[in-house]
Amino acid sequence: MSAVIEPGHTEAAHDHAHGPARGLSRWLLTTNHKDIGTLYLWFSFCMFLLGGSMAMVIRAELFQPGLQIVEPAFFNQMTTMHGLVMVFGAVMPAFVGLANWMIPLMIGAPDMALPRMNNFSFWLLPAAFGLLVSTLFTAGGGPNFGWTFYAPLSTTYAPESVTYFIFAIHLMGISSIMGAINVVATVLNLRAPGMTLMKMPLFCWTWLITAFLLIAVMPVLAGVVTMMLMDIHFGTSFFNAAGGGDPVLFQHVFWFFGHPEVYIMILPAFGAVSSIIPTFSRKPLFGYTSMVYATASIAFLSFIVWAHHMFVVGVPLVGELFFMYATMLIAVPTGVKVFNWVSTMWQGSLTFETPMLFAVAFVILFTIGGFSGLMLAIAPADFQYHDTYFVVAHFHYVLVPGAIFGIFASAYYWLPKWTGHMYDETLGRLHFWLSFVGMNVAFFPMHFVGLAGMPRRIPDYNLQFADFNMVSSIGAFTFGATQLLFLFIVIKCIRGGRPAPAKPWDGAHGLEWTVPSPAPYHTFSTPPELPVEERQP
Amino acid sequence: MTRHPSAWMSFLLWLPFETVQAAWTVNMAPGATATSRSVFDLHMTIFWICVAIGVVVFSVMIWSMILHRRSTGQQPAHFHEHTLVEVAWTVVPLVILVVMAIPATRTLIQIYDPSESELDVQVTGYQWKWHYKYLGQDVEFFSNLATPIEQIHNQADKDDHYLLEVDQPLVVPVGTKVRFLITATDVIHSWWVPALAVKKDAIPGFINESWTRIDKPGIYRGQCTELCGKDHGFMPVVVEAKSKEDFAAWLADKKAEVAKLKELTDKEWTREELVARGDKVYHTTCAACHQPEGQGLPPMFPALKGSKIVTGPKEKHLSTVFHGVPGTAMAAFGKQLSEVDLAAVITYERNAWGNNDGDMVTPKDVLALKQAEEK
Repeated sequence: MSAVIEPGHTEAAHDHAHGPARGLSRWLLTTNHKDIGTLYLWFSFCMFLLGGSMAMVIRAELFQPGLQIVEPAFFNQMTTMHGLVMVFGAVMPAFVGLANWMIPLMIGAPDMALPRMNNFSFWLLPAAFGLLVSTLFTAGGGPNFGWTFYAPLSTTYAPESVTYFIFAIHLMGISSIMGAINVVATVLNLRAPGMTLMKMPLFCWTWLITAFLLIAVMPVLAGVVTMMLMDIHFGTSFFNAAGGGDPVLFQHVFWFFGHPEVYIMILPAFGAVSSIIPTFSRKPLFGYTSMVYATASIAFLSFIVWAHHMFVVGVPLVGELFFMYATMLIAVPTGVKVFNWVSTMWQGSLTFETPMLFAVAFVILFTIGGFSGLMLAIAPADFQYHDTYFVVAHFHYVLVPGAIFGIFASAYYWLPKWTGHMYDETLGRLHFWLSFVGMNVAFFPMHFVGLAGMPRRIPDYNLQFADFNMVSSIGAFTFGATQLLFLFIVIKCIRGGRPAPAKPWDGAHGLEWTVPSPAPYHTFSTPPELPVEERQP
Repeated sequence: MTRHPSAWMSFLLWLPFETVQAAWTVNMAPGATATSRSVFDLHMTIFWICVAIGVVVFSVMIWSMILHRRSTGQQPAHFHEHTLVEVAWTVVPLVILVVMAIPATRTLIQIYDPSESELDVQVTGYQWKWHYKYLGQDVEFFSNLATPIEQIHNQADKDDHYLLEVDQPLVVPVGTKVRFLITATDVIHSWWVPALAVKKDAIPGFINESWTRIDKPGIYRGQCTELCGKDHGFMPVVVEAKSKEDFAAWLADKKAEVAKLKELTDKEWTREELVARGDKVYHTTCAACHQPEGQGLPPMFPALKGSKIVTGPKEKHLSTVFHGVPGTAMAAFGKQLSEVDLAAVITYERNAWGNNDGDMVTPKDVLALKQAEEK
C-alpha cells in the first residue's frame, strides 16, 4: 500500500506543495478538489440512505391496503421529503462530487477554477438539509405538499415549517449555482494545452451543459419559492385567485425549472456511461460528435416542454399540441444516444466488471423509462396516465437506473483511482444483481397499478391494487437493504484490497489514468502532455 | 403470490383483454365512452410501437453481449462514426414520431369538441369531498366517502369498493352530452373517472371544462388525482349513469327533497333532536380534521373539545363555522351545509366531549344570519 502512495508524495515534494491538513480542519477548510469531491460523495450517500429510509416507510405503509404504520398526514411528509432529499440531496450532490473529483483529472487541471467558492458551495448543503430535515420535528410537521409543492397547498394551506423549507431551497440553489459556475470556469479555462473542447471526455461535455442548465433554472426555482414566501408572509397574491393571482402560474414557473432539472439529474450520467461502455467494450465511442450535439439538443428542448407536466390543468388545444410535439421530439436525440452506446458495444471485446454491468443496465432500463416517457408525451393518453402510478413508474425508471445506476457505475469505475485499491469484484456484482432485481420488482408493477387506475401520493388504496403493491414493496425492501452492501464494499475498498495500478482497466483512455492510484493530493501542478491517442483529431 | 397462476400467465403474455382476476389487472380498460375507447386505442398503438423499437434495440444489445464477449476470443473492431448510419437513426425515429402524432392529434381534437351540451354539472372540489350542482335545476349536494373508518383502520373487513364508494354519487343520463364545469374552493384537486377518460384539474378561482357521453347505464368509479392535503386518498368520484327516464325520475325526487329540507328549517327543534342530527353531520363533515373525539390535530387543525370558541358565546361559534377562518384550512360552511345541518352540528359540538354548554343554535338562528348576510 505504502509503495503505491510513495510516488505521489515524491511528486508533491517536487512541487513544493503540501499534503492534507490534519483533523477536522482538513475537511472544514479544504479547497482541494479531491477532498471536496469526497465530501460531496459521502454527503450524497448519507442523503441517499435518509431518502431511502423514507421510501421504506412509504412502501411499508403501502404493503397492504388500510392504514397500518403511519397516518396520512405523516405519509404526505414522507413522500415530500423522499422526493426533495433524493433530488436535491442525493442525486445532484453526487454528480457535483464526481465533477469535483474527475473533471480536473480528466482535463489535466491542478484543481477547480474557484476552490474557495467550492468549499462554500459544499458546506451550504449540510446547513440546508439540516434545516429541511429538522422541520419534521416541528409542531405541524414538515413539508407535506409533495416535492413539486403546488400552490395554494404549499402557501395558504401549508404547515408553518414551509418558511424553513423555502430558506432551505434558497441555500441549495445558491450551492448549485456556485457549483455550476465552478464547473463552467474550470472546463472553459483550465484544460491542458492541446485539449480542445471536442477532445474532452464526454463527462466534461455533459457536465458543462448541465452547468449551463443549472445556471439558467436554479434562479427560476429561487424566484418561485420567493413568490410563495411573499404570498405567505407579505400579503401578495401571486398564486391566490381571490387576490387576482393564478395557482397555475406556480406550475408554469415551477416546471420551467423542473423539466431542465430532470436533465440536470441525467446528463452527467450520460457522460460517465459514455466513458465506461467504450472502456469495457475496448472500442472507441461510436459517435463522439453526435453525442455532443445530441446532449446540446436535449438541453435546448428541455426549456420548451415544461407544460407536458400540466396537460390536465386546462391548457387550450394549440398549447397541448405544441407541448406534445416538442416533447415527442426529445425522443430523437435520446435515441441517438442509445444507438451510439449500442453500436459502441457492437463487435467490441466485452467484459462485464461491475461498472459495465451497471452501465449496460443503465442503457436498457433508461430506454424503458424513455418509452414510458414517450407514451406520457401523447397528450390524450396522458389524460389517463397523469398523476397515477404509471408516472411514478416512469420517473423511477429514468432516475433509479438512470441517475443512481450511473452514479454506481461511476463509483466502481473510479474507486481504484480514488482509494488506490481494487474493490471486491464478487461483492460488487452481488450488489449489482440485487439492485437490478430489486429495482425492477419494485418499479415494474407500478406501471400496472397506474394503468389500472391507482393515483399517486395516496396512503391507502382499493383492494384491486393490493397484490402488485405488495410485490412492489418486497422489491423496494430488497433494493433498500442492498444499498448497505454498497456502503460495506466502499469501506472495505478504502481500508484495503488489491493495490490498483495507475490504469486498472485495460481498455480505458484519458488523463485520469496517467496519474498514480490513489491520485496524489495534488495532480497536474504543471500541465500534462496529452497521451498520443488523445492528440489525434 | 401463487393464488392466481393463470393471472401470471396472462401477465407474462400481456393479454390485456383477458378477464384476469381484478387484482392482477395490468392494463388500462377501454372504458365506457367513444372518447375513452379512442384514448385506449391510441395507448395500445403507442405501446406496441415502443415494444417493436425495444425488441430491435435490445436484440442488438443482447446479441453483442452474448457473441462479442472477450471470453469468446473476440478481437475489438475499431470502427466509429458513419454519416449514413447516423442520419438514418435520426430520420427514422422522426418518421415514427410523425406516425404517432397523427392519431394523437386526431384524438385530442375529438376531446376538445366544443359543441353544445344537453346537461351542465358544476363539479367543485373541497378538502376532501366533491360537490355537484346541476345548473338550472336547483339540485346540488356533496358526495362524501362512504367507507366506514373501521375498514380503513383494519377493524372490519374491506368491501369490494373500499375507498371508491360515496354516500351520494353523481347521477347522469346515458346517451347525453354532459358538460362538467370543474372548479375548487380551497386547493387544487383533480376530477378523474378512468372509464370516461375524463381527468381535469379543479383549480380554485378558475373553471375548467370537460364533457362525456356515456353509452350504457352503470356505476363508474374514480378518485381525486391531485395531492390536496391529508385526506387526498379519501375523496372518491362515483358516477352513476341511468337511462334517460330513470334520470328524470331521480331528478324529480331530488327536487322534492330540497323542498322538504326547507320545511325542516321552520320546524321547532329540541336540543336532543339537533344533537342527534349533528352527530351525523359532524362525522361526515368535520371529523376528518377535528377528529372523531374533537381533539383535533394541532396546530393545523385545532381541538374543539374545550375550545374557547365552542364553549364561548354561541353567536361567535356560529359565525366561525358560517364564515370559516381565512388563511387557514377552516372553510366557510355557510354555503356548504343547510340551515338545519349547521344548527345541528353547532349544537352537537357545544354539547359533546364534555363541552356542556347546555344551549342550542336553531335553524332559525342560522336563517337569520343568512338573511342578514344577504342584505
